[in-house]
Amino acid sequence: MWPRATRSQLGGPDALRTAGGDAGATKCVKDTLATISEPATTGAEPSSAAPLLEIRSLAKSFGKTAVLRDISLQVAEGEFLTILGESGSGKTTLLRIIAGFESATSGEILMGGERLDNLPPYRRRVNTVFQHYALFPHLTVAENVGYGLKIARLPKQEVMTRVEQALDMVKMTAYAASKPAKISGGQQQRIALARALVNRPRLLLLDEPLSALDANLRRQMQVELKSLQREVGISFVFVTHDQEEAMVMSDRIALLRMGELEQVASPREIYNRPATAYTAQFIGHTNLLSGEVKDGVARCCDLSWRTGLRDGPGLFSLRPENIRLAAGAGSGSKVSFRGTILRQAFHGATELLQVQCTDGLVLSIRTASQENWNGDVDLEFSPADAVPVRASEIEERT
Amino acid sequence: MGRTLLSAAFDLDLMFSRAYRAAITAPPLLWVAVFLLVPYAILFCYSFWSVSPSQEIVHSWTLDNYRQLLQVNVYWQTLFRSMWIAARVMIFSLFLGYPLAYFLSFHARRKELLYQLVIIPLWVSYLVRAYAWKTILGSDGVLNTLLQYVHLIRHPLDFLLYSPFAVVLTLTHIYTPFAFLPIYAALEHIPRNLVEASHDLGASPFQTFWRVIFPLSIPGVVAGATFAFVLSLGDFLAPLLLGGPSGIMISNIVVSLFGAAYNWPLGAAISFCMLALVLGLLFLSESFEKKWSFR
Repeated sequence: MWPRATRSQLGGPDALRTAGGDAGATKCVKDTLATISEPATTGAEPSSAAPLLEIRSLAKSFGKTAVLRDISLQVAEGEFLTILGESGSGKTTLLRIIAGFESATSGEILMGGERLDNLPPYRRRVNTVFQHYALFPHLTVAENVGYGLKIARLPKQEVMTRVEQALDMVKMTAYAASKPAKISGGQQQRIALARALVNRPRLLLLDEPLSALDANLRRQMQVELKSLQREVGISFVFVTHDQEEAMVMSDRIALLRMGELEQVASPREIYNRPATAYTAQFIGHTNLLSGEVKDGVARCCDLSWRTGLRDGPGLFSLRPENIRLAAGAGSGSKVSFRGTILRQAFHGATELLQVQCTDGLVLSIRTASQENWNGDVDLEFSPADAVPVRASEIEERT
Repeated sequence: MGRTLLSAAFDLDLMFSRAYRAAITAPPLLWVAVFLLVPYAILFCYSFWSVSPSQEIVHSWTLDNYRQLLQVNVYWQTLFRSMWIAARVMIFSLFLGYPLAYFLSFHARRKELLYQLVIIPLWVSYLVRAYAWKTILGSDGVLNTLLQYVHLIRHPLDFLLYSPFAVVLTLTHIYTPFAFLPIYAALEHIPRNLVEASHDLGASPFQTFWRVIFPLSIPGVVAGATFAFVLSLGDFLAPLLLGGPSGIMISNIVVSLFGAAYNWPLGAAISFCMLALVLGLLFLSESFEKKWSFR
């Protein structure tokens, strides 16, 4: 765990405003910012009114290939936002545009109400933790951490104190004099983090920082990173392709698919109320039921349940854990059916069953672990758990 | 039984691998021995012999040749002049080669094409390039004619040719690619995310260059400097063709000692001093590069 005292050491958002040279500017634009109408984004908006970072209909293409299309997104003060997507979804490009390493083809980015996207990267109060850490090999760990402070021409004494505090925060004080090549990947990771945070950025960007670590260290770092973010109160924009990681750490998840935002919502919301079939399948595990809605009743194979959808084709996401073994006689409010177990997969605490219903429909069902499932079982789910989702277009747009 | 069989097979295997290794390493080793070590050994012996007044090699051991090198002014002065010329060539080729390599590595769009343009001169014979400078720098040469034509000068400039200036210029032209190549290689090896990280931490391009790019390219600079210095130091064609009396270098003296002057022992002694100098430099630059590598 990260030691506690870090908030005061690194400075939260409050300390930032007094520490930064642009404190006055930040305050006055904050007031005007509230009057700017917010473009509609799907999902829950953070509670705080004025966003720290605002991305407005941003697009990026490399030559003729569109990498990002019409991205509008806001990051609140102190928020942990994860940009989640498969490789090639444009998530790293989006992060690089925020950092200033790439420029957008159109759209704008504002930070604290001021244009950010026309500043060179070295003038942005944003710091990045790179995927491969990007530590300077010719500098010691302490010199790496102090790099930004030295560039900012802080007094030597202050640089030293802040470097010490930052190293203490990531528990790397003992390695201050080592060169990066002499420390392990996980340790380099911590140094990269300390090097970014020591500058008290308003926003920290993290580009798949945990992807190079092994599974155990990775899980541990997820927890540590999250609690560190709470301590320092700095907004994090975290890029990952790992949906579990996104769920564990984020306040909100922005799911990116083929350069477009599929859904932006809190982990719970995005899991429980996925907006599209793609979201439902990408986040967690789900059964997609494709059926017909007529007179308020959805019908999929032999199953039917009441729904608020209008008549026409309907697509529903039904999580495997929401299908349960029927306790006894089917209660009226639930959809009951009978199925044959085809396969089972052991997942530790739970078991994933493949069940074939009478009409050939195969569903995944998550139950408590038990050896040797077989034969026929009575199952049921509540109609409320069949979440209507939009179909996701499969073909690439040109 | 089985065990001995197995170990016998293992021995056989080992034998084969030894024979194979010997077969692979023998030719180059033989080559080095016959064409490098043996001639050097012979030359080394020569450097302790002397020449009789009747122009015969006297096979008795003496340190006279080395003593002459230190005592006769023309020898050590020429050696120092050669080092001074080589040092200038080194500095100029670094100042030309580094910006070129930096531009090519970090900013050029058509990298491969430009790289080839730098390399192509290396395919042209050294002699041709040296002669080219002769036609450019001569008193009836391209440069003087041009300057007279535009009325910048009335009489041809005579310091252009047959001077240390001509030698430095020609050697710089010839050895700049040698300084360029290792610098370019070092710059190409710098991970670009380090540059991004530096910008990200608030460093301007200028600060990034001095704090990240340049320090990481130093091994390349040292290698390039060593190439330019060592190659220029031993050069004898450029001073022969363009140097004139004031541009003579130590190799020219060695050539004449082995030729017209017929004093092989003294020539060998001078050669060995240069060899020691060059080996010392190579050793220094190598150990520096090792100290300055981080991976």
